[in-house]
Amino acid sequence: MYKKILLATDGSKHSIRSAEHAIYLADSFDSVIELVYVVGGEKSKEDVLHSVDKYEVKREREEKLRPIQEQLENAGLQYNSHLLHGEPGPTIVKFANENAFDLVVVGSRGLNNLQTMILGSVSHKVAKRVSCPVLIVK
Amino acid sequence: MKLQNLKQDWFGNIKGDILSGIVVALALIPEAIAFSIIAGVDPMVGLYASFSIAVIIAFVGGRPGMISGATGAMALLMVTLVADYGLQYLFAATILTGVIQILFGVFKLASVMKFVPRSVMVGFVNALAILIFTSQLQHFEGEGWIMYGLVALTLAIIYILPKFTKAVPSTLVAIIVVTAIAIFGNIGVRTVGDLGELSQQLPVFLIPSIPFNLETLMIIFPYSLALAIVGLLESLLTANIVDDMTDTESNKNKESRGQGIANVVTGFFGGMAGCAMIGQSVINVKSGGRGRLSALVAGTFLMFLIMVLGGVVAQIPMAALAGVMIMVSISTFDWSSLRNLHKLPKTDAAVMLITVITVVATHDLSKGVLAGVLISAIFFAAKISKVKVNEIVALEGKKKVYKVHGQIFFASVNDLLDKFNFNDKVKEVEIDLSNSHLWDDSAIGALDKIEMKFEQNGIKVTYSGLNEESKHLKKRIGGLSKASGH
Repeated sequence: MYKKILLATDGSKHSIRSAEHAIYLADSFDSVIELVYVVGGEKSKEDVLHSVDKYEVKREREEKLRPIQEQLENAGLQYNSHLLHGEPGPTIVKFANENAFDLVVVGSRGLNNLQTMILGSVSHKVAKRVSCPVLIVK
Repeated sequence: MKLQNLKQDWFGNIKGDILSGIVVALALIPEAIAFSIIAGVDPMVGLYASFSIAVIIAFVGGRPGMISGATGAMALLMVTLVADYGLQYLFAATILTGVIQILFGVFKLASVMKFVPRSVMVGFVNALAILIFTSQLQHFEGEGWIMYGLVALTLAIIYILPKFTKAVPSTLVAIIVVTAIAIFGNIGVRTVGDLGELSQQLPVFLIPSIPFNLETLMIIFPYSLALAIVGLLESLLTANIVDDMTDTESNKNKESRGQGIANVVTGFFGGMAGCAMIGQSVINVKSGGRGRLSALVAGTFLMFLIMVLGGVVAQIPMAALAGVMIMVSISTFDWSSLRNLHKLPKTDAAVMLITVITVVATHDLSKGVLAGVLISAIFFAAKISKVKVNEIVALEGKKKVYKVHGQIFFASVNDLLDKFNFNDKVKEVEIDLSNSHLWDDSAIGALDKIEMKFEQNGIKVTYSGLNEESKHLKKRIGGLSKASGH
C-alpha cells in the first residue's frame, strides 16, 4: 500500500518522533523511505554566516540528519537522503508531487495559534497541497 | 561551452528572473532613498547608485542571481566624508573604491577574506544592524505621536501582510498606504522631499569637480580603502549565501572585479559606492530569481519607476522609511548569535562583542573588522602557543627524555624554557619533538638556548622525532644564536 514514503525532517526532536511513525509504517508495508531536509533562505544565511566554508556547512547539516538516519539504519530499512533548498512548505510539496509518493510523513512543531499566524505551519501547507495522503505526527 | 554558460546565466530562467527583478526593484526604492539619507546626500545619489550598480553587476558580476546596489554598510562609512568635504569628494572616493576592488580581483585577493574569522563576520553583521537602527532615531527627534503611529503602522503592514499574500512586497504596500494617509489626511509630517531634491532624469556622465592633487588623494584614500574592504566583505558573504541557497558555485575573484567596475562607473554617473545586498539577494532568490537577468530587470525597473513616479516619491513620509529601515535592521541582525552566545567558546563570543563595540563606538565598520581580526589573531596565537612537556626518566636515572607537544614559535618559546629542569643529576637528555613543529627563528633560538644551558651543566643533549620541515629549518639556522652568544 505505502511503498514509497516521504519523511520530512528538520533534525529536531519533533522530527525524530515522526521518524518513529514512518519506520513503523515502512516496516509493515516493506516500503522505501525518502528522507528530506529542506534548508530555507534564512537558515541558509545563518549557516553560511556561522561556518568557515561550505564544507563545514555541509558537514553540520549531515550531522543534523545523522540521528534520524541511524534510527532508519537500526530498523534495517531502505532509505535515501535528500537535501533541498527553498521555502520548506512549497519545496516539500513540489518534491512530493513530482516523485509520486504514496505517503508523506511530517512532524507538527506544536505551535500555538499566535506562533502559527506569525511563523506559518509547514505541516498545514503540506497537508493542503500534497496530492497523496499525509500523516501529521503531533 | 562558454557561450552556452553565458546563455544559461542570462536566459536560463527568464520568467522567474523578470518577476523577481520587479519585486526586488520595488523593495530597492525605499532602501536606496533611506541609505542616501543616512549618508547625508540627496535621494537621487542612492537611486542612481542602485540603478547603475545593479545593471553593471548583471553583466560583469561573478554571482548570477545576486543583487547589488547602494547599501547601509557603505552609506555609514561615507557620512563624515560627505559632511566634511561634500558630494564631489564622495564621487571621487567611489571611483577610487572601485579601482581598489578591481585590483583585489585582478590579483586574486578574494581568498584573503578567509582570514576574517566568522565571529568577526557575525559581529560585522550585528554592528551593521545596530547602526542602521540608531541612524533612524534622529528622525524621531521633536516628532509627536503621529510619527510613532505611522512607523508602527508601517511595521505592522510589513510583518502581517505576508501572512495573507506574498504576491506584492509588503514593504511597498506599507509605503503606499502610509504615503496615502499622509497625502489625503493632510497631516504635516516630514517627507523625503524635505530632505533633498528628486529629479526625473537619467544619470549623466560627470567628472568629479575636485582638485586633482595629492592632498585630495590623501583625503579620499582612507575612505576608499575602508569602502573597498567592507564592500568586498559583504559582497563575498552574500555570494556565499546565494551559492548555498541555489546550491551552485560562483567566481569570487570575478565578483570582486565586477564590484570594482560597478563602483568606478557609478562614481562617474553621480552615484555613491555600493556592494551586494544580503537582504535583497535573499528576496530575489526566494522570489524565483536565479540568473543575471534578474539584476538587470531590478536595476532598469527601479529607474523606470523613478522616472514615472518621481513626484510621488518625494511625498513619502520619513515615518514610512524609518519603519522600513527598522525592519531592515531587524532582519540584518543575526539573532541566532544571541541565542547561541552562551554555547560559543568564550574567545569567539569576545571577538564578536569587541567587533560590535568597536563599530558602534567609531561608527566605522572597517575599524570593527580590523579590531576583530587582530583580537582573533592574538587569541589564536595564545591558544596555539600552549606547549606541553612530559618528562620520562630512562636508563636508571642516567637519562631523561622530554616529550614536547605543540607548536614551537615566537609566542610559545618563553613557556618552553621554563618546562626544562637544567639542574638534574643526569648524564644525558633527549628532546623528543615528534609531536611538535618548529616554525621560526625563535624556535631554533630556544632549542639552542636549552642545549647550551644543559651543556653548561655537563649534560649531553640529543634530539629525536623532528619532522622534515623542522629538520630543514634547524639545519639551516641552528647553532647560529649559540655561536653568537645570545
